[in-house]
Amino acid sequence: MLKRILLAACAVFLLSLPADAQDETGPMQAILQAHSDIILESSRRTIQPAIDAVAGSGLPQAQAVLEAWQARDMWYRKADGLFFRAEPGDDGYLLTDFDTGATAGTAPKDALDQIKPNSGIRALIGTALVTFQLNDPDRTRRADALASLERGANADLLAPLRASIEPEQDAGLKARKQRLERLLTISYDPDDAARVAAIGDMSGDLGVDVRATLNPLVATRLQVFEGAPPETVNVARRLDSGSDALSRDAAYAMLVEAGLAPARITPASLREALSANISDGAVAGVPVHTMSDPARRIEAYNALAAQGIVPPYLTEQAVDDALAAHRFAAIYAEPSPAVTAAAEAALQRINTRVGLNQALDLGLDAVSLASIYFLAAIGLAITFGVMGVINMAHGEFIMIGAYTGYVVQQVIPNHTASIIVAIPLAFAVTFAAGVALERLVIRWLYNRPLETLLATFGVSIALQQLFKNIFGTQARPLTAPDWLGGSLVLNDVVSISYIRIAIFVLAMIFLALFLFVMKRTRLGLETRAVTQNPGMAGAMGINPGRVNMLTFGLGSGIAGIAGVAIGLFAKVTSELGQDYIVQSFMTVVVGGVGNIWGTLLGAGLIGGLQKGIEWLNPSNTLAAQTYMIVFIIIFIQFRPRGIIALKGRAAGD
Amino acid sequence: MSRTPLSQPRRSFVARNPSVLVFLAVLALFTLLVTGLSEGFGVGLISTSFVKTLGKTLTLALVAVAMDLVWGYAGILSLGHFAFFGLGGYMIGMWLMYERTRQIVTDSMANATIPPSESEIVDAIGTQIFGVVGSSEFPLVWAFADSLALQLLLVVAVPGLLALVFGWLAFRSRVTGVYLSILTQAMTLALALYLFQNDSGLRGNNGLSGLQNIPHLDHVPQSVLSIWFFWASAAALALGYLFAAWIVSGKFGSVIRGIRDNEARVRFLGYSVEGYKLFLFTVTAMIAGIAGALYYPQAGIINPAEIAPIASIYLAVWVAIGGRGRLYGAVIGAVFVSLVSTWFTGGQAPDINLGFYTISWVDWWTILLGLSFVAVTLFAPKGIGGLFDLWAGFRHPDRHGADLGPDHGALREKEATE
Repeated sequence: MLKRILLAACAVFLLSLPADAQDETGPMQAILQAHSDIILESSRRTIQPAIDAVAGSGLPQAQAVLEAWQARDMWYRKADGLFFRAEPGDDGYLLTDFDTGATAGTAPKDALDQIKPNSGIRALIGTALVTFQLNDPDRTRRADALASLERGANADLLAPLRASIEPEQDAGLKARKQRLERLLTISYDPDDAARVAAIGDMSGDLGVDVRATLNPLVATRLQVFEGAPPETVNVARRLDSGSDALSRDAAYAMLVEAGLAPARITPASLREALSANISDGAVAGVPVHTMSDPARRIEAYNALAAQGIVPPYLTEQAVDDALAAHRFAAIYAEPSPAVTAAAEAALQRINTRVGLNQALDLGLDAVSLASIYFLAAIGLAITFGVMGVINMAHGEFIMIGAYTGYVVQQVIPNHTASIIVAIPLAFAVTFAAGVALERLVIRWLYNRPLETLLATFGVSIALQQLFKNIFGTQARPLTAPDWLGGSLVLNDVVSISYIRIAIFVLAMIFLALFLFVMKRTRLGLETRAVTQNPGMAGAMGINPGRVNMLTFGLGSGIAGIAGVAIGLFAKVTSELGQDYIVQSFMTVVVGGVGNIWGTLLGAGLIGGLQKGIEWLNPSNTLAAQTYMIVFIIIFIQFRPRGIIALKGRAAGD
Repeated sequence: MSRTPLSQPRRSFVARNPSVLVFLAVLALFTLLVTGLSEGFGVGLISTSFVKTLGKTLTLALVAVAMDLVWGYAGILSLGHFAFFGLGGYMIGMWLMYERTRQIVTDSMANATIPPSESEIVDAIGTQIFGVVGSSEFPLVWAFADSLALQLLLVVAVPGLLALVFGWLAFRSRVTGVYLSILTQAMTLALALYLFQNDSGLRGNNGLSGLQNIPHLDHVPQSVLSIWFFWASAAALALGYLFAAWIVSGKFGSVIRGIRDNEARVRFLGYSVEGYKLFLFTVTAMIAGIAGALYYPQAGIINPAEIAPIASIYLAVWVAIGGRGRLYGAVIGAVFVSLVSTWFTGGQAPDINLGFYTISWVDWWTILLGLSFVAVTLFAPKGIGGLFDLWAGFRHPDRHGADLGPDHGALREKEATE
């Protein structure tokens, strides 16, 4: 019996529920109704209580309401004054109740009013929404909300952020939230002690955002005071006029701007005043034709000033007196001395660490530049270093390699596959070109090294122009495969792109290959024999012509592979080789001819030197190259045979 | 060295070098011919711009003579002599540009109500000249730009000093052969890169321009001015050639040829090889500077690209094509290659239609030049000048005063004819 009664009661209750919802307003609708007038007024100055009421209601639907409001999806039904989410439907607008989420029929557009929050109100709603988003069960939405906070935040967001740290489950997000909380504390916390503590916490951090947070705190502006600066301002440092930080002219200009001193008569205004007062070929008795002398001009001007026509001319003494009567100081925008002192100290610590890391980054850059030079020079180390043939067309072999890579990429669109094909193909093409050059030209000139230089130079300009005719003057792209894109980022300061790492690895592989060929193979043995004494080698049954041909082809082929590597980061043009040829010869000469370790050291020296000079004078890479070459010329004075000089009979002459 | 034994009377300089007289006569005839056909002084068959081209070619011949001295006679393949040429051009260009701008500024200020003061004029010149590189201050290198005499001195002093310092460093550490070539090329590259910077004080890659307008000679038309410069270039070439011929004809010439052929042996004979080389290197750099100072007023503009290492290599190409080790060879090479080059690259050469492809010489000339250069090196090491040896072979050799060969070794000339 009891059971039945209960069931009946339940049934009645359940049946009556939708009727209740329709008749009575839900809790959210009630809140909205309570603030109906200010919502409709939609003014940034008065809206805050309505937003606070919705956000603070604790209802699960609050976030949806705020989002609809912000997205201009909240509409007002004129008939009964209720708020709905509305979407344009087939006939009129489809209304959705905020509390139940059920459709509440449709309405024609003229029966509704759209609530149109302006951008200011939307920003306020956004701030309120952050609280919800930071605690959203969906991890991606939390991460998105955090990312938008990292891009830009204000003082109001500090409290919701702090509140959301404790419940955060995800360790990564929690760390980001804590870090952002520290940064926002530095910027916005009203309590100076808390800010100083936060600055202390972040002073070991290299992030760009930390520096971006701290830098505004130590920003100063120059200000002039009639006496000592008052106690209320936070003085960074006193400045003397005429010092490096504040030139005399700038200091006086500040005085003039602050209205503390009369403006100086500039030469231009002096001229103007004089030419305005010419009468009978003279100004105040001074003849005009004598006025190419500045002293006469001042004389005339002073005469005018004595008549009261123009303001008096300020002497240097007057300027000095005015400057001496005032104090100049750099003033922090931030009023609290404790915070600025802490920020200065933290920035100094950070900058020291940034400096160390920059040195590390520079070292990586230098290594990468050195490996590029090494790669460009290793072919020369064979043809020039071992054989003693000076091949000015070596740069063009590099260029041919790069163009081979480009052509292969036109045929094979897959970048990884095309690079794998291009490397042996570039070797084959330039090997053939090298052999042809050796057979046709160089072998006739082994006893005339200077003429080899000129003949190969002729080949060089002919090849350059030929490729210009074929491929045009514009740069052709040689695209690296995707897995070589991007950089290895160690922190905000130190990073190195994968291409450079790959080039370094390639350079090391070539070093090993070179050593293997020269020390462990028959060709290497024969090459060394022919280089030392061709006649004796011939007597031992070695064919010097064949060995020379193969060795030269090997050096040229390596240049071709270097061309593919260089083409990956430099634009492929017919002048590509020109940019490397002088540096390559320098690398070989500085390192010491005939020794691959010398070439390695030479590349390291030149790469490191160039990066080092660029670091001292970062604006000017041209100057860096200039000074590097001058340094090399001087270096040759002290070690004319390079870093590693061959001794004894191997040195030849 | 053994050609003039002590017992014989020393023959005159001209008698020992008949080619000098021939060369000077040809040059004089050429100058008269061009003057007679020019617009400024003659019938006007040769346009003013072509007179300028010919004048420039003569200065190039002069720098080629310098190159021949240092390479053909002393065996130093310098890839820096065109840099010295360019430096000479920069030095004269500074005065031309300064004085010309000063004239313009003074003229524009002449109508001002108040006569301009000295510092105002200098400031206005500075703004005019250096506005293009975002500055208005005169750099230190322009300190003497207002004095023609000092800048003319710098035309020889700056290249000379650079060559002296560089040569001293290079020769004393016994850098020779291709190493020296590479080192001079590096020096040239460093200089060009330095001048390319905006804060080098020489207007970066804009270079110096308007050099064809000679200050205070506004009333002289360009057609006349071009002939004046042509005469000056011809005179400079004649003097340079004479000087070079004199320098290589005596003992000095014998020593530097000895250095070219076997440096160690000359050193063991007690000669100061470094001193000889340094002197020659410096003097030829000065000649190159003078040639440059005559070239660029005719060209009208100079910028760092002119100094790039490739220009110096081309200079070596001219000398090699003309024929090393003979002065007229250098002149012939420079004149021939630069005129033919102008003809081809100027688009005057007719294109060759092969049916499937049209050879346009503007594009293909460089390839032809490069290949012909290889061919000259391989097959005709004596260059065009070597052709004169063929003619010399038709004449009876001049044996007067020389010994009469192994069969008559004991007889003197007089006895043999009796």
